[in-house]
Amino acid sequence: MKFLFDSDTWQEIYGSIRKNKIRTAITIIGVLWGIFLLVVLLGSARGLENSFNKLFGNFATNSVFVWTQSTDTPFKGFQKGRRFSLTMNDIKVLKSEYSDEIKLLAPRNQTNNLIIKDFKSGNFRVSGDYPVLDQIQKKQLIYGRFLNSNDIENTAKVTAISEDMYKQLFDKDEMPIGQFIKINSISFQVIGVYKPSNTIDFDGDCAYIPFTTFKKVYNTANKVDWMMITANEGTNIEQMESDVLLTLKGLHKVHPEDERAFGSANLGKEIGKVTGFLTGMQFLTWFVGIATLIAGVFAIGNILLITVKERTKEIGIRRALGATPKSIRQQIILESVFLTTIAGMLGIIFGGLVLFGIDSAIGQGDEAVLINPTVNIPIILIAFVTLIILGTLIGLIPAHMATIVKPIEALREE
Amino acid sequence: MIKIEKLHKSYPIGKDSLHVLKGIDLHIKEGEFVSIMGSSGSGKSTLLNIVGLLDGHDEGNYFLNGQLIKDLNEKKAAILRNKFLGFVFQSFNLISYKTALENVALPLYYKGMKRKERLVIALEYLEKVGLKDWANHLPNELSGGQKQRVAIARALVTKPKVVLADEPTGALDSTTTDNVMDLLRDINNEGMTVFVITHEEEVAEQTKRIVRLKDGVIISDEYTKANKTV
Repeated sequence: MKFLFDSDTWQEIYGSIRKNKIRTAITIIGVLWGIFLLVVLLGSARGLENSFNKLFGNFATNSVFVWTQSTDTPFKGFQKGRRFSLTMNDIKVLKSEYSDEIKLLAPRNQTNNLIIKDFKSGNFRVSGDYPVLDQIQKKQLIYGRFLNSNDIENTAKVTAISEDMYKQLFDKDEMPIGQFIKINSISFQVIGVYKPSNTIDFDGDCAYIPFTTFKKVYNTANKVDWMMITANEGTNIEQMESDVLLTLKGLHKVHPEDERAFGSANLGKEIGKVTGFLTGMQFLTWFVGIATLIAGVFAIGNILLITVKERTKEIGIRRALGATPKSIRQQIILESVFLTTIAGMLGIIFGGLVLFGIDSAIGQGDEAVLINPTVNIPIILIAFVTLIILGTLIGLIPAHMATIVKPIEALREE
Repeated sequence: MIKIEKLHKSYPIGKDSLHVLKGIDLHIKEGEFVSIMGSSGSGKSTLLNIVGLLDGHDEGNYFLNGQLIKDLNEKKAAILRNKFLGFVFQSFNLISYKTALENVALPLYYKGMKRKERLVIALEYLEKVGLKDWANHLPNELSGGQKQRVAIARALVTKPKVVLADEPTGALDSTTTDNVMDLLRDINNEGMTVFVITHEEEVAEQTKRIVRLKDGVIISDEYTKANKTV
């Protein structure tokens, strides 16, 4: 180990590296690229994971959505292909029958309509909702408030609109609260403006009006378009989903094994799929990164092998002058290790810089695609140490090649 | 200093083997200035390689400085080369990316000497061959004669027992040839054993003893006029 700290050793290595600038550069790029990719890929994967987490973060992941489609099995005298709607009665039955399981239940009716404010107008979604929606899908309000139970009871003609709608319908710096906009030719008072959600959002730019008001304006009677259900903690959501569907099938005279009559989505399950995808992507990242690293290390070995061939004569001279095979081996292995180390450090630095760049470009703010793309230091250290070990091992091959040639043959080489 | 008894060496060529040295007996005493003459294929280079511990022999005995050379591994050979032998090659064999000074200092590096110390000694030897001013030049900035003088300085720097020169003037013109031979003679006059391989009659004549080799055997071994004048 003493030779490691000998300035002469490094002098020799410096000399031979300086002499072979191009091959040094190429070698370094090979490994640099490997570890660079590893760092950037891992960082990006982490960023993506972070942004997915954020995306799902403030949405109740224990939600189930239910809507109606058309039956696919004839039942109780009904032909198949029957269309039907959920009703308020269903809501009532579900609430009482599943009072233990269901935490929140939001029946919803939605349509699209022209919304007019003075001379400005736009086509937007109109949604009839209960205040409970705010608990399932948190609304970030810029101005005013969301719907409340008074609005429902009074069938108040009030609405909460999105920030984009506000920008389209109102003048700049105009205070929207208390003003009136026309939905379906009926004046509604604006009570709130909310920021678009940066998480999963099924509504988009939407004017929320009380469910009861919606019923009157659009003559929906008892109909319910679809509903959102969140479960209490500890509830088996999939079980609850199928139970609820069975109950609804009974209420609507649908064959119990009808697969098409009701549509439902379990958000937890969907998120599970995405998480699985993330895990897969992380595995892929590791695989690609490590494979590239190994390729890079082999490139070092390869180039050193060529160098050894090129330097056969020089090695012969050195041996004629008294270099022992050991000292030749040491020098070549040390060159390999030195190159991999430098390349590894540069790769990590560049990778870090690129992650930093990604972070400042698309990693911050609400619209961030990759949030905080980072790599764990221990992981990088492990990769780095592995790299150096591989560099040593791969250096053994050219080092061995350098010493099996007899000095006499090496000297004869032209 | 160098004592060779019934030395045989053959090289395998395909299935056959080429018998290059067929029983060489040679005794070179300390301080001698010997040249081995012979046409190509006479085995003179093989002899030098064996003497220089760059190659092993098949049969016979070889004593270097009284030590029987037998079954040397590469490490021992390297140490002995470093300790006892200095090489001068026809094609100089300087390391192209090292300066003249560093080239001269290289054997001292393998001896384990400190950098400062060896650069001082190397400079001394460069001065001795008259190239002190060229110390920091790379080999490709030097003329052929200068390169060979650097190589000689490198061969001398470890204070070896024997300087082995393989066609030291083979790549040089006649003027520089004379310079190099003068230098070798000076070294010899200081007491160094010098062993030259050449096929040039004029070069051999400047040494003190000529051993003629033909087809792997010594055909003549005589002292020259140069020896008698001393």
